[in-house]
Amino acid sequence: MASLSDRFNINAQLEHLQAKYVGTGHPDINRFEWNVNIKRDTYASLVGHYSLTAYHAIAENESIGRIKYNFMQNMLLPCGLPPEKEEEA
Amino acid sequence: MHLYNLTLSRPSAISCAIYGNFSAPKVHEIVAARGKVLELLRPDDAGKVQVIHSTEVFGIIRSLAPFRFPGAQQDYVICGSDSGRIVILQYNKEKNCFTRIHTETFGKSGCRRIVPGEYLAVDPKGRACMIAAVEKSKFVYVLNRDNDARLTISSPLEAHKGSNLCYALTGLDMGFDNPVFAAIELDYAEADTDPTGEAASEAQKHLTMYELDLGLNHVVRKYSEPVDNGANMLIPVPGAGDGPGGQRAVWGGPCARAEKLPACMHACSEFGDIYRVTLDYEGEQVKELRIKYFDSIPPATSICLMRKGFLFAASEFGDHALYQFSSLGDDDEGGVESSSATLMETEEGYQPVFFDPRPLSNLEALDRMDSLAPILDMKVANLAGEEIPQIYAACGRGSRSTLRVLRPGLAVTGKRAAHEMAVSPLPGNPTAVWTIKRSVGDEFDAYIVVSFSNATLVLSIGETVEEVNDSGFNGNVPTLQTQLLADDSMLQVYPNGLRHIRPDRRINEWRAPGRKTIVKATTNERQVAIALGGGEVIYFELNPQGMLVESEKREMGGDVACLDVAPVPEGRTRCAFLAVGMYDGAARVLSLQPDSTLKVLSTQAVGATPESVLLLDSPLMGKDGTEEGAGSGALFLQVGLVNGVLLRTEVDRVTGQLSDTRTRFLGTKPPKLFAAAVPEGFVAVARNTLRVITLERLGEFFNQQSLRLRYTPRKFVIHPDLKVLAIAEADHAAIPLAQREDLQQRRDGMEAEQQGGATAAAAAGPEMDEEAAAREDQWGAPKGEPGQWASCVRIVDPVSLQTTHCIEMEDNEAALSVCLVEFDSHPEHGTLLAVGTAQGLKFYPKECQNGFVHLYRFLDDGKRIELLHKTAVEGVPGAMAAFKGRLLVGVDAVLRLYDMGKKRMLRKCEYRRLPTRIATLHVSGSRIYVGDGQESTFFMRYKKGDNQFYIFADDIVPRHVTAALHLDYDTLAGADRFGNVFVSRLPQEVSAQVEDDPTGGKYATETGLLGGAPNKLRTINSFHVGETVTALQRAVLQPGGRELIVYGTINGAIGVLYPFTSKEDCDFFQHLEMHMRQEHPPLLGRDHLAYRSFYFPVKDVVDGDLCEQYPQLAADKARGVAEELDRSPGEVLKKLEDIRNKLV
Repeated sequence: MASLSDRFNINAQLEHLQAKYVGTGHPDINRFEWNVNIKRDTYASLVGHYSLTAYHAIAENESIGRIKYNFMQNMLLPCGLPPEKEEEA
Repeated sequence: MHLYNLTLSRPSAISCAIYGNFSAPKVHEIVAARGKVLELLRPDDAGKVQVIHSTEVFGIIRSLAPFRFPGAQQDYVICGSDSGRIVILQYNKEKNCFTRIHTETFGKSGCRRIVPGEYLAVDPKGRACMIAAVEKSKFVYVLNRDNDARLTISSPLEAHKGSNLCYALTGLDMGFDNPVFAAIELDYAEADTDPTGEAASEAQKHLTMYELDLGLNHVVRKYSEPVDNGANMLIPVPGAGDGPGGQRAVWGGPCARAEKLPACMHACSEFGDIYRVTLDYEGEQVKELRIKYFDSIPPATSICLMRKGFLFAASEFGDHALYQFSSLGDDDEGGVESSSATLMETEEGYQPVFFDPRPLSNLEALDRMDSLAPILDMKVANLAGEEIPQIYAACGRGSRSTLRVLRPGLAVTGKRAAHEMAVSPLPGNPTAVWTIKRSVGDEFDAYIVVSFSNATLVLSIGETVEEVNDSGFNGNVPTLQTQLLADDSMLQVYPNGLRHIRPDRRINEWRAPGRKTIVKATTNERQVAIALGGGEVIYFELNPQGMLVESEKREMGGDVACLDVAPVPEGRTRCAFLAVGMYDGAARVLSLQPDSTLKVLSTQAVGATPESVLLLDSPLMGKDGTEEGAGSGALFLQVGLVNGVLLRTEVDRVTGQLSDTRTRFLGTKPPKLFAAAVPEGFVAVARNTLRVITLERLGEFFNQQSLRLRYTPRKFVIHPDLKVLAIAEADHAAIPLAQREDLQQRRDGMEAEQQGGATAAAAAGPEMDEEAAAREDQWGAPKGEPGQWASCVRIVDPVSLQTTHCIEMEDNEAALSVCLVEFDSHPEHGTLLAVGTAQGLKFYPKECQNGFVHLYRFLDDGKRIELLHKTAVEGVPGAMAAFKGRLLVGVDAVLRLYDMGKKRMLRKCEYRRLPTRIATLHVSGSRIYVGDGQESTFFMRYKKGDNQFYIFADDIVPRHVTAALHLDYDTLAGADRFGNVFVSRLPQEVSAQVEDDPTGGKYATETGLLGGAPNKLRTINSFHVGETVTALQRAVLQPGGRELIVYGTINGAIGVLYPFTSKEDCDFFQHLEMHMRQEHPPLLGRDHLAYRSFYFPVKDVVDGDLCEQYPQLAADKARGVAEELDRSPGEVLKKLEDIRNKLV
């Protein structure tokens, strides 16, 4: 049976995991955060797969290096500015 | 259905390349990653790049670095891949393969955000390496040598920093101080939480130094300083002594850090311009940085500056090239130089410096390596009327686009691949030709002997090829065979006898007995066998006194069709066997041993008349492929039959018994067999000319012919009756040829020159001349605005491979799809060409002013086309198909049916509820198979009575479809953007139900759940190819072969999926694959099953690429695997060979 301390422990573990694995969701995640994570993961994957970068490079008629650079730059603000913080109710 | 995947031609794009000495000290080589293939390349003395070794790694190679211990002479290769492991490889020269020295796991597999593998840097002094991810993670491994000089690797040292993006990584030359790695980083933590956008606008890239403290064994962030926000690449400045050359591709705002001594570097920009970067020092302080324009080459993913003054440039798209430095650009007056000392700063940043690209002046092109990448569309058809169909591939991008015709086989007819070194006219039609050396020790052949029906001509090879009379050959008789014997004497076999020319020009003649003539002859350095008319074989041997002595004769009991004796094995006095092909359809092996000379040892019935026989020694192939047998190797009897079949039978070295026959159909002409030890060149006779041909690129699977295109080809169709190709070409952000001022000026200039003469104003529009096209190929076309398109439709005659007509698109239209259509309402027009264009297409976000469908009529037997009319479709017509005498057009996500009208096409029916974008359209009967840009495939029907489309089946997984292929009424093969190939099928009973349903499943649509279709497709095959597949085709690649699926990928690979015909084969290969996964895991540590299931679990596809690595297994493992399969290793090899022969 899970005792209170166990649960506390699990929370601590979760926090640890969340710190370790960037992009892991949590119960209070908002739409923006979720989107940002998805987009950053996508860009990282596009940069990592050579054929996907090439695919974009052909469509845009840019060099593969430029496409990779653009993807990396997009990781800064992938979904535009973050929303105003909601008042803590 | 079970499929067998086999890559026919490995990917030809290079994603990264490194330079070093990998196989031996002082051997200058390149290791290149071709997506999933690792290759060792070596430029030979003639400046041709040779592929030494190539292996599939079943993973994505993302980064490579050479690594060398101080004082060592050879490099290791460190690989960053998608396996979540760092792998250190060493090239094993003896086994000709890469061997894994270390594999250290640090994370999950896949190309993930925080799993390292994207960046790799080594300490120039060979003490450590750092591997980094796109975000956060960095690991440092300390590398060392143990007492036996073996490489050791430490446990990883972390240098993580959360919410930090990494743009570049390099190791700095610190001498023997602690190793330092430099990285360009950007922290996004604040920008993510600041809604005002202030933090984001102030986000600054930093140059961070990581120091590995070797004493304390940990990594510290030593310091971090802001750098320009355009920084994206680090060039390590070489220190003193023998540091590795400091060359890296740089673009955007280059950011070089100087540490120690002056040197010069070369940097390549995104446009392919190479700059020379020099630093001036004063003490330890950098005084001035100068950048000088050096030359322009096609944009490169990697450039390798090699010793001997070679520069290898791995192009992003199109052929790779090897250059040689002809000067260092010091005395180049015209070069534009920019210096940090004179740079002007203005309000918009630094004032740019302009220069004009120019033809190569400091570099000299030495060699090109063919690259198909990217294949944008591919069709297989037999338009040239040859035995096997040709593969037509639309390749390349922008000004480097080509249409290539691929044929399996070695390139001897291709223009570039086979250089005809000499062409000499001859007095008549020769019957045979030989080359012969003057003495055994000579490196090159001295004479070419050409036989005519009644005479013989001897030519000497020198600077020129000319006739000689003092060779000792009898010129008045035809020649059957010539041979240089072991004692430097020469032998001429002619119908009436043998002429033995001793080294001192004394001549011994042997005359054929009675009225008999010699019909066939075979020789080696010591043995001569001749066949007389009537079937008598006579055998001669060279005795120690240098005399040819007749030692035995034998009646064969029938006419001899051909005979062959193998060369004398090294260290022996004779070859033990003579192979004889008889007109009665038998091949015999005769003994040549002194005690049993010309005794028949074995006979094989071959079923047809042998055209030629050949005994071939394969020293590398033991009977069982085992190592103990490998020394002596195997002896094979090869028999070419008149019906075009080649038989290969193994000959027992002692008894001469025949076993293990394999057959292969080569073509409809009888093959002539020659033993060839990869010669420098061939001498061939063609009608009455003598040609000397050299072969290059022996390792390539296809030979290629290419036609230059103007813009990136998007799609093409083949007109089946007229046998012409129509290609749609379009380039984004490019300037149409007609608007190009530079070309206009050039043309004006030329017209002025040729005043009054026939100007080259072709009907094809403003076509570039050859010279301009070559220049464009070298340094690219000028860039246009985003949203500006250059496009054309081209008609190509595939046999002569020439453009017959080319129409340039106007008003910023981009031709993106083509299709052939016949309208039932207007049968008088016959087959028309429909071209879908988008006007002013822009990306991010995707928008388009308008779309059009042009209809063209073929004229002059398909040599020209003429516009009938065009119809606006307000969207991008991405796919089209002819359907029941009308035209189906996929306009964005809307499916429309058009009929032909007088002035425009008339909309007949429409379906608006497709999810994203119609990428592919196929039709069969009243069914329509739609491939969506993101939501996989849909099966639709057209109900004529209601004039309505509806979806009756869809897929259950999302796929970004790039290509589809209709297999049968219920089955569709497709490929997606992420490199998966799949086959979807509508279950039989559902299919029957849909057909029987009077409403055709129409009302069932309304009962579908969550807006989905009522029926679901079943995936019957799924496979991850590893790179985006852009074209799928059904084809038969061998006369009498089975139909299979051919695919082409964006990285230029061509592969096939072959449906197994028997359960037994399928079981065998499934088991072999299973054992191979166990015994021969992929080189870079990726799990094979996981890789082939990258996005979707692999289903019913056996990976032939893995199975074909079976011969690379160690002997005991190979035997173990074979035993598990209840076969011998030889039988496993035979199976592998058989299935390959079935394919191509």
